[in-house]
Amino acid sequence: MSLLWIPLLTLAGTLVPVLTETLGRRRSTLATMALPLLALLIVLTHTSALFSGDVISMQVGWLPQLGLDLAFRLDGLTLLFALLILGIGCLILFYAGYYLSPQEKDSRFFSFMLLFMTAMIGIVMADNLLLLWLFWELTSLLSFLLIGFWSHRSDARRGARMALTVTSAGGLALLAGILLIGNIVGSFAMQDVLAAGDQLRGSSYYPLIVTLVLLGAFTKSAQFPFHFWLPHAMAAPTPVSAYLHSSTMVKAGIFLLARLHPALGDTSLWAISLTMVGLATLVYGAWFALLQRDLKGILAFSTVSHLGLVVLLLGLGSPLAIVAALFHILNHALFKAALFMSAGVIDHETGTRDIRRLGGLWTLMPLTGTLTLLAGAAMAGIPPFNGFLSKEMLLTEAVTTQLFGGLSVVIPLLVLIGASLSVAYSLRLIYGVFFAPRSPKDNALKESATGENEEETSIQAHDPPKGMYLPGMGLAVLCLLVGLFPMTLAAPLINSASLAVQGLHTPVFHFALWHGLNLPLMMSLIAIGLGVLLLWRHSRLSAVASLLTPKDATMIFERATIRIVKAALWVTLRLENGSLQRYQALLLLSAIGMTALGLSRLGLLTGDAGLQPVDGLAILGAIVMIFGAVSSALAHRWRLVSLLMLSVVGLMVSLTFVRFSAPDLAFTQLSVEVASMILLILALFFLPQRPPRWVSPRRLMRDIILATAFGLIIAALNYAVLTRETLSIANFFLEQSVPGGGGTNVVNVILVDFRGFDTLGEITVLTLAGLGTYKLLNRLRLFKPSGNLEGIRWSRHRYPLILEVVAQLILPLALLVSVYIFLRGHNEPGGGFIAGLITAVALLLQYMARGYEWTSNRLPISYPVVAVIGLLIAVTTGLGSWVFGYPFLTSSFGYFDIPLIGKTELATALLFDIGVYLAVVGATLMILVNLGSITTIHRPTLKASQQNAPAEGKK
Amino acid sequence: MELLFSLVTGVLSASGIYLLLRGRTFPVIVGLTLLSYAVNLFLFSMGGLHTNAAAVIGASEAPADPLPQALVLTAIVIGFAMTAFIVILAIRARAELGNDHVDGKQGDEGEQSK
Repeated sequence: MSLLWIPLLTLAGTLVPVLTETLGRRRSTLATMALPLLALLIVLTHTSALFSGDVISMQVGWLPQLGLDLAFRLDGLTLLFALLILGIGCLILFYAGYYLSPQEKDSRFFSFMLLFMTAMIGIVMADNLLLLWLFWELTSLLSFLLIGFWSHRSDARRGARMALTVTSAGGLALLAGILLIGNIVGSFAMQDVLAAGDQLRGSSYYPLIVTLVLLGAFTKSAQFPFHFWLPHAMAAPTPVSAYLHSSTMVKAGIFLLARLHPALGDTSLWAISLTMVGLATLVYGAWFALLQRDLKGILAFSTVSHLGLVVLLLGLGSPLAIVAALFHILNHALFKAALFMSAGVIDHETGTRDIRRLGGLWTLMPLTGTLTLLAGAAMAGIPPFNGFLSKEMLLTEAVTTQLFGGLSVVIPLLVLIGASLSVAYSLRLIYGVFFAPRSPKDNALKESATGENEEETSIQAHDPPKGMYLPGMGLAVLCLLVGLFPMTLAAPLINSASLAVQGLHTPVFHFALWHGLNLPLMMSLIAIGLGVLLLWRHSRLSAVASLLTPKDATMIFERATIRIVKAALWVTLRLENGSLQRYQALLLLSAIGMTALGLSRLGLLTGDAGLQPVDGLAILGAIVMIFGAVSSALAHRWRLVSLLMLSVVGLMVSLTFVRFSAPDLAFTQLSVEVASMILLILALFFLPQRPPRWVSPRRLMRDIILATAFGLIIAALNYAVLTRETLSIANFFLEQSVPGGGGTNVVNVILVDFRGFDTLGEITVLTLAGLGTYKLLNRLRLFKPSGNLEGIRWSRHRYPLILEVVAQLILPLALLVSVYIFLRGHNEPGGGFIAGLITAVALLLQYMARGYEWTSNRLPISYPVVAVIGLLIAVTTGLGSWVFGYPFLTSSFGYFDIPLIGKTELATALLFDIGVYLAVVGATLMILVNLGSITTIHRPTLKASQQNAPAEGKK
Repeated sequence: MELLFSLVTGVLSASGIYLLLRGRTFPVIVGLTLLSYAVNLFLFSMGGLHTNAAAVIGASEAPADPLPQALVLTAIVIGFAMTAFIVILAIRARAELGNDHVDGKQGDEGEQSK
């Protein structure tokens, strides 16, 4: 279980900087370091077991359905990386405490760093491939945040974006590879995958898996041709570069290659891909490192080159080559982190990282100089530093490999070129910054025309505070010590890492400075000689290099990005042009397409259920409906006509319901029809009366075709269903209605009992719609026409007398009818919905006949309150069944002997129906009365109308 | 009878769709109402077309399927609530935007724009 503490401690560490922010920079930094150090301590307690080749693992189930477990392991390879991540990580945190300027938001920075540390630890400790991938993506995200930390700088933003795009694109490829592996192996657990090497290599998917995994690893580890994001990531604060781009994130790809070596390695595909890419990256990176002017640029390209070196070694694949690869991972992390720190110091002290403007700093900054000298010599591979040891091993392997058959001699030659270039850029870094005389005739100085600044910086530059150079100095000294005592300091660690990677194949190896006078030593000497020569002739070299400007991958990337964005924009604009009509047409088109597809699978449109005969009345009804619908559509420019035709259709629909045995529906449709016609006529008053313009014939054609196609599809679908026998659950309701619900009107019993919960939802929607309109009409600024288009004013007779009288007479009758309909609802057609609508219409009639003020004075009811009370009654009835221990909305009924009335059935469903009734009345009136009140209260006067009329006419 | 019924739903929905594709709010509201008639009839017919067979126990020998009826009944009421909401939304939009085009743009080119 202690394993889980390692990532948990660093994760908890992300909170420390935020909590200790107020204590000041120094204390906050130290507190931040505490938890990672503790995690490092836990790792170290396992050292002795790991050195003997043990694997410690733990597992907590997380998403077993996906094969994803929270599984961590600790083996030699993990140990090597964990030491780098936590050890160098702590040094860099310490350094960053001094590096960041006091105004910087350091708590955010440190939190990101700690979170990144957690993600890295997660990658190297993950014992499940999916878990590994999760952490892998997390590092990509955090590197985006860290590279873009100075988000006010455009180069930082661009660099961060580029790094994120490249690495997460690779991450997706890796995910695909991992899923394929999991599919073949049947598990994502690391030990299963590592044990299934033969199975994987034998699979026909093997080439695809290797391609995908290598894409992930190469993008992460900045291998050619995906290297281009790394130099741009140098826009990050230097501690980030030192951490992410020397020792951790860029090594994640290499870690993955080493980790999966038992599962995927040992084939010619694997070996040749790695060797080719590694060689190309090694030479390419070294060449461009030599041509860079920016200190961090040199370091970035040299990192690319050294990562290529490690990939090359992994590709060569012999047991000793893998040992050398692991050893170089350690060495490179040590000297590169130190060099980045020194570059940060130089930048900090002189204000520039341009190597042409620097020089002669040795006397001013001797300590920084010493540190750079030590680490730089290690990078150049000069004895007795650690870099020399691993380079010797590389040369030995390169000389002996037979990978390319007769062409194998190419490998040592290219490695030699890479090594010479490496010597050259390392020496250039040291010489150019600390020893070269700064000549004022330098072209660069003329160009930049900042000679004065240069003077100042050179005078002010001095060694930084201890905290800033000590971490780097420590690492640099470690480079020397590892070089001098490799068997004591590095061999056990590398041995255990090698055990984890190649198990029993681990060779007995001996790190030593002196192997005798042999070919690799000669090659080393040649490389150093050539390197010095290259440095001496550097200006000539730059001139040659500037002649052949290679096509920069950055440009390709940027252009591709722009092109993709343009293409996406083009597609988006085709689909989304801001016109709702366009969206609707597209939506309809796809609906038509999909339904047509379904219908085309149907053998015969007419089913075998047989047809019913047609009667004359039905034909007449159909003709009226079709006439109404079509004229409503055609007359849409004359709105009142269109509306009248609509109401014809609505009335005919309710007659249709009568014809086909649905009395409840007919009642509902009829009363809704009345309410919605009143509503729509009111709406006409507020909407522009002028008919809209004719539109283009093409557009009309499109709409007609779409509408016709849709109508045809609906008709065909309906016909197909109607002529087939369908499975129905009707019998259940018909049988259970009386014994289960206590009512003979099955439709009503379904509404208030069987599907009571649905009904509750529906009256809630109704009430909410009502409340929504209430809010929408609040403080409305209305256009109020005072007459029709021809300029004829609205009639000044406000309320017709006959209507007044009739409405008053009808009201008690109508209310009585609604009570009757309501009460009989459970057994005969009727019920809460219909009764509610009838009541609402009866009351509306009063408002129409007498006006808003008159009626509301006599009927001082707040309709929203009515609707909400209705809802509450319905809910309370439902809750009531809980009191008796039944589920929500269980109904019960009984027969009671009530004096004078006789034996009566009373059901709790009736109570629920009262709720429905009140909600319907409240919501309907809430909408209509509120809208109506606006017309009456702010009725335009004659004066106002004269001002308004021309304005309306212009529109 | 089945053919006639589906013809009516087809024509109703075609007219509704045609109106829905207009550029002004009022025809769209009318179209929506027409379309909801069509949809209600369609849903209702899923229980089959029965004559003189109200779903009341004891009223007929073979009662019609009550479930689609119950569903359509609520659909009618909800449809009314929807229409009301859209009508008021259209009024509000007209008041806020100064025109009654569905895209909210002043209508001269609005209806023709592609």
